[in-house]
Amino acid sequence: MTMTADRPERLELLEDAAVATPEFEKAAERAASRRGFLLSLPAYAYLALFFAVPLGIVMVYSFATRNRFGGTDLSGWNLDAYRKLGEPIVRDILFRSLWLAILTTLICLVVAYPFAYFIATRTPLVRNLMLVFVMIPFWTNFLVRNYAWRVLLGNDGLFTNISEALGLGERELLFTTSAVVIGLVYGFLPFMVLPLYASIERIDLSLVEASRDLYASGFQTFRRVLLPLSMPGVIAGSILVFVPSLGAYVTPEILGGAKTTLLGTYIVTQFLTARNWPVGASLSFVLMAVMLVATLVYFRTGGRNL
Amino acid sequence: MSDQTAAVKLSAITKRFGSVVAVDNVNVEIADGEFFALLGPSGCGKTTTLRMVAGLEFPTEGSLKIFGDEAGTLPPNKRPVNTVFQDYALFPHMTVEANVAFGLKMQRVPKPEIADRVQEAIGLVRLEGLEHRRSQQLSGGQRQRVALARALINRPKVLLLDEPLGALDLKLRQEMQSELKALQREVGITFVFVTHDQEEALTMADRIGVMNEGELLQVGTPAEIYEHPVNRFVADFIGQTNLLDASVVSNDTVCLADGAHIPGTSDLPVGTRVAVCLRPERAGMHPPGEVPPDCQSVVGRLEGVRYLGNALVYTVVLDWVRLEVRRENQPGGYRPHAGDDVAVSWTLDAISVVRA
Repeated sequence: MTMTADRPERLELLEDAAVATPEFEKAAERAASRRGFLLSLPAYAYLALFFAVPLGIVMVYSFATRNRFGGTDLSGWNLDAYRKLGEPIVRDILFRSLWLAILTTLICLVVAYPFAYFIATRTPLVRNLMLVFVMIPFWTNFLVRNYAWRVLLGNDGLFTNISEALGLGERELLFTTSAVVIGLVYGFLPFMVLPLYASIERIDLSLVEASRDLYASGFQTFRRVLLPLSMPGVIAGSILVFVPSLGAYVTPEILGGAKTTLLGTYIVTQFLTARNWPVGASLSFVLMAVMLVATLVYFRTGGRNL
Repeated sequence: MSDQTAAVKLSAITKRFGSVVAVDNVNVEIADGEFFALLGPSGCGKTTTLRMVAGLEFPTEGSLKIFGDEAGTLPPNKRPVNTVFQDYALFPHMTVEANVAFGLKMQRVPKPEIADRVQEAIGLVRLEGLEHRRSQQLSGGQRQRVALARALINRPKVLLLDEPLGALDLKLRQEMQSELKALQREVGITFVFVTHDQEEALTMADRIGVMNEGELLQVGTPAEIYEHPVNRFVADFIGQTNLLDASVVSNDTVCLADGAHIPGTSDLPVGTRVAVCLRPERAGMHPPGEVPPDCQSVVGRLEGVRYLGNALVYTVVLDWVRLEVRRENQPGGYRPHAGDDVAVSWTLDAISVVRA
């Protein structure tokens, strides 16, 4: 279409716009927001039905009492289930889980940071390839990958063979806390790499050069420039690793021993074996509270840094 | 210059990235206290050369000395040089004050001294009152000053500037040109700056090094570069110029492309293809046949006149070349019209013969 043919139409459009009254604009706005609501209705309905309602049920159960037959009495609400969390056994499990989740997060952070920095400083092609490599393990079932670790860490597995070959003697790794940490780090590392990569990639690398030019050593540059500027990624990655590690069930179940019960396993036991639904429910709620706090911390600090 | 130690001395410096030669066998000495410009089109290797002096790239071959000390492979934090980066590279998570103090802090200078020197540096670039701003809250000119203060506070022996005025608009750029020049005189530090803007280089620099395709073609004062370019590229890159294709006949005669023999001094071998470089403001214009006897001339048809206010630029077309003649806008004088035949003239000292 030529410019001259275009012009009359555009004039008409301008006239239309001039006719549009404030009332008309308001109505159009209302229609647009109504349309948006209708379109997102399925998602809202899904969340309400399968998330909010079950959550409410769990909350109700956490205030209920377990009866002698393993059922749950909904009459007479009380805080007994929450009081039980103060008992040494449960407290130990809580602290052990917290410690393992923190350890897993720290190891992931230390391992992922240099890797993410390396990816972020490559050419776009290499960058994308490496990101695909990070994500490839997700294409295999999580359960299968955990069983694979069982083979690797097991009695005649790769790790024991290596330690024997190095003269370190036969090391029992499987069914220890170390095995659980190895498994968790393996499973959640990509959740650390990706947000770290995203935030490092946004940093102008001439800032690193400027820092080096201004007499900062490599480590000082990391501490004074890179780390503060990539903090949003550090916090996002830490929460993405910490939260699922804290409630992890599959990995501790497959790689951990019977001696080191963790939170996820304990909750499942309360619901299925001990048939103490109120305690299972109250623990789930405490877990959620911890995660909620972590997420709030993320939004507070993340918001300030960006 | 040779008896005292050069601030920066590059000897046979070459930098390759894979198979690409970014800087090709560059030799230059920059004197202490000099304002030196590296000038060239983008991709000519000038920034790579600067980055090698800063330590942000290491040379593939050659020797790089800073005040006599070999610095070729020293990391940037071990060199007595500081850089003002092209987009300033101010730390976005720090205030102006913290940005300026960064270098001293990294060198573990005592806190009271840092505070004093920060005040001094901020005063030097006239940024008082903005100490607690962040770089995002500053204008382009202010950022540039912060970058300068952040570098100068360390009292470097050489200050490197990578297109320092490139991100500023025209008016601010002209202001900063004279300000930078004054600042350099005040602090007495050797400045090496990179630019693709020939006017900027001519205005500010004591000496200019012209680069193209990784090679350093010519080093000289602005006047030397402008009046005696070594080759066609330099002549064409610096200022406006008319280039008449020619070849050397003897050491004082060249043969123009139309066959005319004219005086033109050069020490190039006979037969070398050359260009006669005639600056538009040095060319004269007369009616054909009225050319003064001491002048050479060619005759062509006047195609058009551009009116610049303070000057007029005439375009004269010959069948083998187009020439531009610039005349100051003064009353009286010869004012031909488009279509007229005119003679473009010059005296021997108005031209230079350069390698084609």
